Amino acid sequence: MDAFTTPLLAGTATGALLLIAALGLALTFGQMGVINMAHGEFLMAGAYTTYLTQQVVTDTDLSILVALPAAFLVAGALGLVLEVAIIQWMYRRPLDTLLVTVGVSLLLQQLAKDVFGPQGDPVHTPGWLDGHVDVLGYHWPYRQMFTILLAVAALATLGALLKYTSYGRRIRATVQNRDLAETMGVSTRTVDRVTFFVGSGLAGIGGVAVSLISGTNPNRGTTYIISAFLVVVAGGLGQLKGTVIAAFTVGVVTAFFTDWFSSSMAQVLTFALVVVFLQLRPQGLFTLRTRGLA
Amino acid sequence: MKQLQNWGRTWGPLLGIAVIAIALLVVAPAVLSPFRLNNLGKYVCWAIAGVGIGLAWGRGGMLVMGQGVFFGLGGYAMAMHLKLEAAMATGGPDAVPDFMVLYGDGTMPGWWAPFRSGAFTLAAIVMVPAVVAAVLGWAIFKRRVKGAYFAILTQALAVAFATLLVATIKQTGGFNGLNQFTVFFGYNLYDPTNKRMVYTIAATALVVCLVVVWQLYRSRFGELLVATRDAEERVRFLGHDPANVKLVAFVLAAVMVSVGGALFAPITGIISPSDVDATASILLIAGVALGGRALLLGPAVGALAVGFGRTTLSETFPDQWTYFLGLLFIVVVLFFPAGLGSVSSQVVGRLRTLLPTPRRTPIAAGTDALEVAP
Repeated sequence: MDAFTTPLLAGTATGALLLIAALGLALTFGQMGVINMAHGEFLMAGAYTTYLTQQVVTDTDLSILVALPAAFLVAGALGLVLEVAIIQWMYRRPLDTLLVTVGVSLLLQQLAKDVFGPQGDPVHTPGWLDGHVDVLGYHWPYRQMFTILLAVAALATLGALLKYTSYGRRIRATVQNRDLAETMGVSTRTVDRVTFFVGSGLAGIGGVAVSLISGTNPNRGTTYIISAFLVVVAGGLGQLKGTVIAAFTVGVVTAFFTDWFSSSMAQVLTFALVVVFLQLRPQGLFTLRTRGLA
Repeated sequence: MKQLQNWGRTWGPLLGIAVIAIALLVVAPAVLSPFRLNNLGKYVCWAIAGVGIGLAWGRGGMLVMGQGVFFGLGGYAMAMHLKLEAAMATGGPDAVPDFMVLYGDGTMPGWWAPFRSGAFTLAAIVMVPAVVAAVLGWAIFKRRVKGAYFAILTQALAVAFATLLVATIKQTGGFNGLNQFTVFFGYNLYDPTNKRMVYTIAATALVVCLVVVWQLYRSRFGELLVATRDAEERVRFLGHDPANVKLVAFVLAAVMVSVGGALFAPITGIISPSDVDATASILLIAGVALGGRALLLGPAVGALAVGFGRTTLSETFPDQWTYFLGLLFIVVVLFFPAGLGSVSSQVVGRLRTLLPTPRRTPIAAGTDALEVAP
């Protein structure tokens, strides 16, 4: 039983992390066709925000709660700056946004190395996350459960935002038909900026979760960005349902492969599986055209 | 005047190739110290890969973010042979590479054995990437996966490949890669004359690749490739299968990148996962983007420049190199999407629109007609 529950539960937590990272990508990629390779560095920024918050608010029980909104704002602000400074000049050149943001990601990584040192810093786990529950023979750490809660909360908030608020309606309108939305008086430029802010901010939230599990590291972003993109691509664009399913599937499958083989083999095999899956369904799990819009 | 222009359009590029050939094969060996010449050899290897990337990306519109895989396939094939040669030179015909004794139980995996033969190795350097690219490309292009999806998939491939290499320390040397080559097809690599010979081979390979690509761009296939890049649906409408067109370019590019990797191993004396991973692949792309991906000489010159800049800058300011590279990406893509090599034609294009007599505006090289997948 242990051999089954351990990868399943640990994998769900990994999947939750991937989901937080992928939600933001799904937003920006799905809506604006922007491929933001610096998204992983926004995640890293979130992790460093957690670290910095702990330097200021020394009570670790409290600092995580401060870090969450702070990381959202920091990463969101970075995203907004990127959008205003660079991305807005290159809409409809999706491949070029990819290259430009590769440059941004290199810059941010080196900046983190110079400011915080190449080694990375430890992030203290707050007392109320220090512990575990026994689930069928697996010591399930509170930290992993917290990650899952965080992902569910982010998903629910985003879902509610998209579904019930007027901004959400404008975002959905822009995704479905940009020109028509524009004629109806929606300022798609503003919508784009809000989307980019929220999407990047979500990466910051993901960074908090990552820092709790593995501390900060200048290269942390690159670890997640490609998996997150694969999740978005495999899930299909334009809605969140596919992203959710794909994230948890990738997380759990990777955990099982890690259990059976090794962590690096698991990465290779998961990538291979996604490639094979995209052979069968190049459009991903769900597509925009199926009216399955979030 | 008109005739002169036509003549220039046909033979001008060849003149450019000749200039590069003379610079690399005659001038450089005469003026550079053996150390600098060897460094130049390294850039030449990247330039060979750059020519391939220019073919696939600039002309074919396929942004392969994982060319490191093919660079690695060639590089590791060559390195395995050199490793075996080094072992056989000291330990007899059945000797096993040193790292296998160090990390493993001293037994050699069966798939290493054929690499004892030089001829097999040379064939593998061409055939292995060709087959891998053909299978991969066939699967991807037939399903009409393109644009960003294709780029991300290939980048994932590079990450997976590098991870696999790191994980298999007993078979591929793991994180350290393969190094300490002593003999190159019977020639002692510690002898400067032989080092120079390897450099000459690399420089010649670059010139050959340039000539091949030049001829290709002049051919009907070259036109079809550009047509596929700019309007895939129309090409399909005209009765061609764009997948086949792209496949040929993709495979040819993979082979060129592989040859670059194969020569990289003896010149630098090492091939490791960090030479083939996602970051290395991005570096390969950087040069091509800088020089001008759709031009004939742009990718090669750009790759040489980025290689040179990387060494020079990281010698003087070790940490600033990354900032420079990041800024380079941003500035080039933002302001010169067609590369620095076409800045002059961009300016001329602008000026021409100001002239009273409207002329046929030159099609900006590398304009993107790349859609996001369906």
